[in-house]
Amino acid sequence: MAITPNPYKTTGALGWIDDRFPLTKMWKEHLSEYYAPKNFNFWYFFGSLALLVLVNQLLTGIFLTMHYKPGAETAFDSVEYIMRDVPWGNVIRYMHSTGASAFFVVVFLHMFRGLMYGSYQKPRELIWVFGALIFLVLMAEAFCGYVLPWGNMSYWGAAVIINLFGTIPFIGPDLVTWIQGDFVPSDATLNRLFSIHVIALPFVLVGLVVAHILALHEVGSNNPDGVEIKKKKDPATGIPLDGIPFHPYYTVKDMVGVAGFLIIFCAVLFFMPDGGGYFLEAPNFTPASQTNTPEHITPAWYFGTYYAMLRATPSFAGTQIWGVIVMGAAVVILFFVPWLDRSKVKSIRYKGALSKIALTIFAINFVILNYYGLQPPSDTVQLISQIGTILYFAFFLLMPWYSKIDKTKPVPERVTE
Amino acid sequence: MSNEGVDGNRRRFLTTATSVVGAAGAAAVAWPFLASLKPSARAKALGAPVIADLSTLEPGMRATYLWRGQPIWVVRRTPEMLAGLDKVTGDLVDPDSKVGQQPKYITDKSRALKPEYMVMKGVCTHLGCSPILRTDHPAPEIAANWQGGFFCPCHGSKFDLAGRVYKGVPAPTNIVVPPHRYETDTVVVIGEDPKTA
Repeated sequence: MAITPNPYKTTGALGWIDDRFPLTKMWKEHLSEYYAPKNFNFWYFFGSLALLVLVNQLLTGIFLTMHYKPGAETAFDSVEYIMRDVPWGNVIRYMHSTGASAFFVVVFLHMFRGLMYGSYQKPRELIWVFGALIFLVLMAEAFCGYVLPWGNMSYWGAAVIINLFGTIPFIGPDLVTWIQGDFVPSDATLNRLFSIHVIALPFVLVGLVVAHILALHEVGSNNPDGVEIKKKKDPATGIPLDGIPFHPYYTVKDMVGVAGFLIIFCAVLFFMPDGGGYFLEAPNFTPASQTNTPEHITPAWYFGTYYAMLRATPSFAGTQIWGVIVMGAAVVILFFVPWLDRSKVKSIRYKGALSKIALTIFAINFVILNYYGLQPPSDTVQLISQIGTILYFAFFLLMPWYSKIDKTKPVPERVTE
Repeated sequence: MSNEGVDGNRRRFLTTATSVVGAAGAAAVAWPFLASLKPSARAKALGAPVIADLSTLEPGMRATYLWRGQPIWVVRRTPEMLAGLDKVTGDLVDPDSKVGQQPKYITDKSRALKPEYMVMKGVCTHLGCSPILRTDHPAPEIAANWQGGFFCPCHGSKFDLAGRVYKGVPAPTNIVVPPHRYETDTVVVIGEDPKTA
């Protein structure tokens, strides 16, 4: 099919552009004539909020890079310089660090929405897969960023995470040396993580976000009822009867979400920028020391769930790779959700008791695991983490079974509100 | 150009040959980038041996040295500490140090050239944290049968005063003993094998 330039026959300056670039076409396809279901609720704020936080991270990151100096000798001091001497530097840095935590809050809720309303089901599998990739890249990006201040928690966090690769049989130790560019986390390590954090992963992240949204706009948005609005169209216009243009309806609705979000975000930013020790941890306000591990080392709060799984898995057969495999599998299994769910309906509203109980337990368990992933190690923490790990995997691995035998309710023809 | 009489086999061969050469070229180009991530000449040069004078180290105390950027501990073990090593044998994964976490010339059960001085890396074999020295005992919050040793704050791994790992903790193996040799009775060179060995 040949592309016809300027299908909307615009004139003047806009017409000149539209003859050469699909500006009006893109505006209509993605905003003013992108028909989204009219029944979006609270849970549909988090996609646009994730985009907002991404922009926040990119903008504040650009400005931080102007003052930050990577390098084992300079990194810590340059962060302190930003905090004390650069005009408004502390606010920009706190925007970036609080933004990182906000990113995970928003993304966790966004993913929960997807699980709740079956937004990964056919034909939206690729949207979910792109989303899972974004989550994966986001975790890598957050880890690299966490190392950059080169505080003591940065240093030992880097040591622990990089040493995860050392558990791979045979090549592990050499692989760790290669990743670090030294025999221990050092100047070389810090500089390459800086490069990955500010160039490589942001490129990948933005590309994946574009793919995520393009895939969404290709098939159309799901909604709390899990009803395909494209099945009931106005015969005259071909517009879904339950669809409303994204702009202005949802751009305006999302602005309300943005306002609510910013109230919370700014409250943290101005009154509790270290997030009570969870967004910025106390040991990270002392410079990295190769000889002193912090008394109680934890990852950033948003890795708690996966960290709990790593700790919960004991070593056997002379290697601790099992913990790494379990933690990796916990993320990889997300990619398979579209094919694990055998339910005839999408939304939790029309699923039966089994699915509702499973999702509730999963959500509560996720929070509990996250909490215990951040507690000092003990036998109790170990036991709870092990139970939590089993529950986490049970939610996914038993899904083909419970989603299939679950009693579903009839799905209405049209959306209900 | 004529489209008549296209030789499909020839075209397929040329496509394959071009692809193979292109892939070889891409691999060759990738090599310098991947190799550039290896430790630089400067990083390697910093891996030189460290000389430690133990004459001022009191019994029961520990000294920390830095070799290849990693902490190396020397613990001067008292006779009581050495006696404690036998009491925990049943709780350990590898009490006889069968796994090669120490140089071959260290065969003693106490994992040292001289039992009095325990030379070991201050690095947990789980994920590289630096464990804490806890000589106090009993310490039921660490282990029921605790005779002093090392406790890793990161993931709760436990080791005795010879760096031997306890059962049921994330760390799979005993703590590494680096190559070292004694220059004199109390001067140890960390990072070099004994000359006669």
